[in-house]
Amino acid sequence: MRSRDEGEQRRPAVFSRDTRRGVDYCHVALSTAKIVLGKAAHSLSRIGDELYLEPLEDGLSLRTVNTSRSAFACFLFAPLFFQHYQAARPPQRQPPRCKVLMKSFLAVFRSLAALEKTVERCCITLSPESNRLVVQLHCKHGVTKTYNLSFQECESLQAIFDPAECPHLLRAQARVLVEAVSPFSPALSEVTLGVSRGRRVVFRSYLEDDTDAARAMMTEMSLSEDEFQQLQAQEGASITFCLKEFRGLLSFAESANLSLNIHFDVPGRPAIFTIEDSLLDGHFVLATLAEPQAGQEPGQGPHSTTHQDDFANDDIDSYMIAMETTVGEGVAEGPRTPSPVSEEEEAESNVIPGTPPLKKFRSLFFGSVLAPMEPPSEPNPVLAEDSEGEG
Amino acid sequence: MRFRAKIVDLGCLNHFTRVSSTISKLAKTCTLRLSPHKLYFILSDKVANGGVSMWCELAQGNFFDEFQMEGVSADYNEIYLELMPENLSRALKTAQNAKTVKIKLTNKHCPCLTVAVELPSLSSSSRIVTHDIPVGVIPRKLWTDFREPVLPEFDVVEANLKGDMNLKIQTDLVCITTHFKHLANPSWALEDISQDRDLEAMVEARIDIKKLLQFLAGQQVNTTKVLCNIVQNRIVHFILLHDEVSLQYFIPALS
Repeated sequence: MRSRDEGEQRRPAVFSRDTRRGVDYCHVALSTAKIVLGKAAHSLSRIGDELYLEPLEDGLSLRTVNTSRSAFACFLFAPLFFQHYQAARPPQRQPPRCKVLMKSFLAVFRSLAALEKTVERCCITLSPESNRLVVQLHCKHGVTKTYNLSFQECESLQAIFDPAECPHLLRAQARVLVEAVSPFSPALSEVTLGVSRGRRVVFRSYLEDDTDAARAMMTEMSLSEDEFQQLQAQEGASITFCLKEFRGLLSFAESANLSLNIHFDVPGRPAIFTIEDSLLDGHFVLATLAEPQAGQEPGQGPHSTTHQDDFANDDIDSYMIAMETTVGEGVAEGPRTPSPVSEEEEAESNVIPGTPPLKKFRSLFFGSVLAPMEPPSEPNPVLAEDSEGEG
Repeated sequence: MRFRAKIVDLGCLNHFTRVSSTISKLAKTCTLRLSPHKLYFILSDKVANGGVSMWCELAQGNFFDEFQMEGVSADYNEIYLELMPENLSRALKTAQNAKTVKIKLTNKHCPCLTVAVELPSLSSSSRIVTHDIPVGVIPRKLWTDFREPVLPEFDVVEANLKGDMNLKIQTDLVCITTHFKHLANPSWALEDISQDRDLEAMVEARIDIKKLLQFLAGQQVNTTKVLCNIVQNRIVHFILLHDEVSLQYFIPALS
């Protein structure tokens, strides 16, 4: 993800000058790329119910988080992705950050087939003064569909994560990963990914403790290291994460024919799934199960007779990212990067204590990053008081 | 008790997958009986099944390239397993382009039927998908519950011995009858019939239409022949015949 500084240096040419005056808005238009945006919306809808939009100089950022705060997803579309991109007018003014209902945004892009066939152009305009996100689909035969989505101004949604901090990396063509998870039932919630003896990459269905183990079928897919573009992990490394959420990014990556990186660490620390090309990048951060797979002895599987599948069994405390709760009083110096944000930076916490985390998944912490020296221009609705984590 | 079998031919695999898919639509849980030359999928007519029962018999040699089993003892060289056919069906469906499929009886966290699928991959080393399907081993003393159903003396009904069959439904508002004519009566049905029996007289049985639908909807195997036997007001018996598979399904009549 690019920092604002870099964005400044790379500000693209604006394709058309807008003559409107006095209206503060952000405007993007796209034609052929509309499908990609639609697919990103579908992908994000697998995670959360609210879509955070933030037009930055670097590009348009779309983010979401799930209710239990155990999954965060973010796409950044560079200005060149669009036919026309204007973050804010006047440019010096802080562009608005808003969130809309995911359901409403998705309704615009629900039918990808129709999007491809009948929609010629898509324009997205953010109008802070009227509190509306306007999406216009200019279709064939002179038809224009206008969607007025009401939005709520909010703090920027940030997840604290840094792929560089993860010791393990797995990189593969999206297609390989799609095929790797195809044997699993669409109903399966969680999957364990690990490296077994012989440097084989293994996906295994994760059976929750309360599942009637006597009845549940266990499925495992094992692939050779050769099928991966990069495998930087020792034998025994493994993580368990939500397969349904992962599939959201996977289907997007497959349709865009991209490779997918999986950065991970010990069980309990979040796993970071990334894709990128020259015009966009995507990050999905998913919490991982803190404890080793219960109910399944290590060493099961087709290689169990000759190898021991010694999945990581570290007795490590669940990873929690501590957040300071002080209101930003210019505490950080220098430009802030949207992400990654290091732990040393202080920020106002914007954790919404939603429903308790899914079973044993720990929540990721989120924080808002206030721009330095700028108090909020209007009182933001307090979404929730910060509560102490599970500790 | 040991069991290991292997399929390498895609056609055989496809066929076996379709049979297991059919079974999965007819029964949530059923018994898999393994003997040296045959496999059976059996649903016995317990009250829990609503009285329906099923007997599906396959000659193993028509599906498997390798088939080895050792039953509970030399005298009783068979294995009876209770499983959910849906699991087997799902496991086999992941094997669409498989190089080989191996099925074996294993003991993981509990007795399992392990289906190991070797799939082609871009690298030199194949992909391997393993499914562990939990099974219950049925003790020998209960084997008598799973005997092949004896065909009762049947009369051909609402079907007659002249090749006519009527399917009728009746509600308060409407009565619909579908007439099938010129069907064949198997020659052995006509052999034992007494001389003065009226060949045109209809014999009937009322059955739950949902069960009939479930049976018909589940069909995945292209059958060569379907036989329907009816015992007046007692039972309707369907036999589906295909080259290597016979499937019998009994639906009791409603009182």
